[in-house]
Amino acid sequence: MKQSLTVNGRSITTDVDDPRMLLVDFLRGTLGLTGTHVGCDTGQCGACTVHMNGMAVKSCTILAAQAAGTDVVTIEGLSGAEPGSMHPMQAAFKECHGLQCGFCTPGMVMSAIDLVNRYPGASEDTIRAELEGNLCRCTGYHNIVMAVQHGAAAMGR
Amino acid sequence: MSATLIGQPVRRKEDVRFLTGAGQYTSDIAVPNATHAYFLRSPHAHANIRKIDTTRARSAAGVVGVFTAADLTGVGGLPCGWLITSSDGTPMKEPPHPVLAQGKARYVGDPVALVVAESPSQAKDAAELIDVDYERLPAVVHCVETLKPGAPQIHDAAPGNKCYHWTLGDKAATDAGFAKAAHVTKIDIVNNRLIPNAIEPRAATATYHRNDDSYTIYVANQNPHLERLLMAAFVLGLPEHKVRIIAPDVGGAFGSKIYLYPEETAITWASKRVNRSISWVAERSEAFLADAHGRDHVTHAELALDKDGKFLAMRVRTTANMGAYLSTFASCIPTILYATLLAGQYTTPAIHCEVTASFTNTAPVDAYRGAGRPEATFVVERLVHQAAVEMGIPQDQIRRNNFIRAFPYQTPVALLYDTGDYEASLDDAMKAADVAGFAARKADAKKRGKLRGLGYASYIEACGLAPSNVAGALGARAGLYEAGTVRVHPTGSVTVFTGSHSHGQSHETTFAQVVADRLGIPIENVDVVHGDTGRIPFGMGTYGSRSLAVGGSAIVKALDKIIAKGKKIAAHLLEASDADIEFKDGKFTVVGTDRSKAFGEIALTAYVPHNYPLDKLEPGLDETAFYDPTNFTFPAGTHICEVEVDPDTGAVSVAGFTACDDFGNIINPLVVAGQVHGGVAQGIGQALLEHAIYDPESGQLLTGSMMDYALPRADDVPSFKVSHTVTPCTHNPLGAKGCGEAGAIGAPAALMNAVMDALEPLGVKHLDMPASPHRVWQAINAARA
Repeated sequence: MKQSLTVNGRSITTDVDDPRMLLVDFLRGTLGLTGTHVGCDTGQCGACTVHMNGMAVKSCTILAAQAAGTDVVTIEGLSGAEPGSMHPMQAAFKECHGLQCGFCTPGMVMSAIDLVNRYPGASEDTIRAELEGNLCRCTGYHNIVMAVQHGAAAMGR
Repeated sequence: MSATLIGQPVRRKEDVRFLTGAGQYTSDIAVPNATHAYFLRSPHAHANIRKIDTTRARSAAGVVGVFTAADLTGVGGLPCGWLITSSDGTPMKEPPHPVLAQGKARYVGDPVALVVAESPSQAKDAAELIDVDYERLPAVVHCVETLKPGAPQIHDAAPGNKCYHWTLGDKAATDAGFAKAAHVTKIDIVNNRLIPNAIEPRAATATYHRNDDSYTIYVANQNPHLERLLMAAFVLGLPEHKVRIIAPDVGGAFGSKIYLYPEETAITWASKRVNRSISWVAERSEAFLADAHGRDHVTHAELALDKDGKFLAMRVRTTANMGAYLSTFASCIPTILYATLLAGQYTTPAIHCEVTASFTNTAPVDAYRGAGRPEATFVVERLVHQAAVEMGIPQDQIRRNNFIRAFPYQTPVALLYDTGDYEASLDDAMKAADVAGFAARKADAKKRGKLRGLGYASYIEACGLAPSNVAGALGARAGLYEAGTVRVHPTGSVTVFTGSHSHGQSHETTFAQVVADRLGIPIENVDVVHGDTGRIPFGMGTYGSRSLAVGGSAIVKALDKIIAKGKKIAAHLLEASDADIEFKDGKFTVVGTDRSKAFGEIALTAYVPHNYPLDKLEPGLDETAFYDPTNFTFPAGTHICEVEVDPDTGAVSVAGFTACDDFGNIINPLVVAGQVHGGVAQGIGQALLEHAIYDPESGQLLTGSMMDYALPRADDVPSFKVSHTVTPCTHNPLGAKGCGEAGAIGAPAALMNAVMDALEPLGVKHLDMPASPHRVWQAINAARA
């Protein structure tokens, strides 16, 4: 089945043969965008979070077919074309040491950007509550919360 | 460059790739023409396998191969890396651990068959077509129940399901201590079973190369050389030089990726059979079922005190669950890494510990962050807390009364502490936690109908397990050194090859800080390579908070060799004697003169040796060192937790957590704080949320998903207060002790002591982890009744 969508600003028309294919497998397998990770089978860890039409979604809970006609942004699409350039939220995670093994990080960053867009000036409590859908086993969240606050400030939120 | 990089919060070199989606974890690495593996696992905790019919699966769409134990001829069992000798002198029971279940399945999740197909879903679909004729047997999951007469027998080679009975310490001296005690505190403890849950599931991709009869295996693993040694030499019978193991970016591990598992072993073997690369990625449910679990101890402990609250003796009896098979280091966790830590920070003169390890119909249990030391700390610090309550001594005072103050200190349980200042960390933690203001906060909580409690844990851990000869005498079947290579390139930039492995620990930054600092070159000129047996001479990997203390020390030794050779080259160029050359701030200088050569000039000379002492010195600037420590390191500190309990719901919230740790010298405080935060969160997870539960009748894992097993989320933990005191390690060149596990070691005891402090006034005498609302509410209401 042919379908079209936009991924990281690029229009893509592709065949999705397996109707069971998840969006995350389409991004990772078909497009080679391996920055989006799979950490669980049950929609709880949030490592697969991407933006779809500007909102954070878990790409393991969406069929590739459901993404037809949407605008998808992955972690690879956040930063500019310059090698090493980063979105302010990515830079904030580095500055605040908000990542260790890095596996949850892309999903965490995508959720963080969505969070600060929805809650300008979010308090620590709000940030913690809103990050409920993203599990990190390394950082204890302390520096992630700080990174989200720094990132929000840098984004003017 | 004169400003030192040591102690600076340098931002991480590895971050850009992780933050921009350029990390390369095992499942991100595309191997051409790879097939996909799926493991059919036993749905039963204990069952005879009468017959496996794979006919239908073999002919299913996309299937490349289906394999069972019957196919794995010539393949050995998975070995255990540590021999524990029982108190009666007999070796521990080591029942066979087949790669695929052989005749019997022994836990839910035990791999029974391997299906290889063109796609993951084809492999999974085909696995459903395998008919296994199981004869279900009664199962036993509890470490104490399994030792009782009449319990189902799991292995022929382990009668009574006993693996070993091991003791440490002087029993007569301990009994004598109890005989003269003014007070004895007794406690029963369950150290709850945990499931590590690194966010990256285990994964492996194996390729057989026909051209030279070799293998390449990408695997999410903490110690690729050890993995290679065990898999090649002990299981598959392959020469090591024909096996290359690459552990690329690894998404967290916490112990669970130390071990040689059946899955990567099976697909490596099968890759030659199907002559295709085979890729396997665990589903989260498989991680719950078949990753090695942690903890699972049942303990009775007693502390004898004199009338002033001075500890006289300690007696500990522990039963430890090994699971269905012995995982790679399972046997040494509740013995060598547990009983030896029971002195804690105290001068207790006599300690006796008895450990019985048992087999059950559960997943194998092995090291999980802290590995034995959180269990020991929990025993010691719960005993100390309770003794203080029973004797009416303030919690800090009873600790001060018993602290070790003179070093080196020989404990009665084998370890020799080199250095420490326990009172300094206690004082610092009490200040940071504002213990002085606690009474007011408690009164305020009371007004709001809440119960507030404060708990201490003054922990010690032993890291950088060593030296190899002593470990060997204690049963280790491996060395415990580390290797490092420093390769200086002709233009003066440096690649470091380390046997340590980073799966979050930040070695690419901290090791580069050490190298850049010693060589006086910019940190941008230093890259650290890890996790590849094809590029790194050797390595024992990363676990037990050993990387900086052992792996970092190996790099320092290699740097010493580089500098020594550089001095010889400089002496030649400067027409001076070797002894007159000093190396400082990136320059080789003739002492007392301004005649010098920059590091880069020496590097270039080493590789373009036109003006060079070729008659007495080899060209090149590339040195390898192995470092075998002379002792463990002993990080220690005090953690203080403050909780608020809602008596109406039983909910416990962590109001504050303070960690004051002595990790020796610190290379990067930002990284160290991150390690503490993560460890503390896992410790809070153990104490409040996490509990792996098997159904006692069926042996089914009831907490088999992130819906049923509560990992700490951002709103389950507070922001932490972290500080340090420093007594440098006396026996390694960096003075470093290790920081990776301290949080997980101190936090459970500090938190449970805080909960007990809140509940003791109501008459609550006992509470097991995790202190879930249900349990706390029940304890409050039982005490009120």
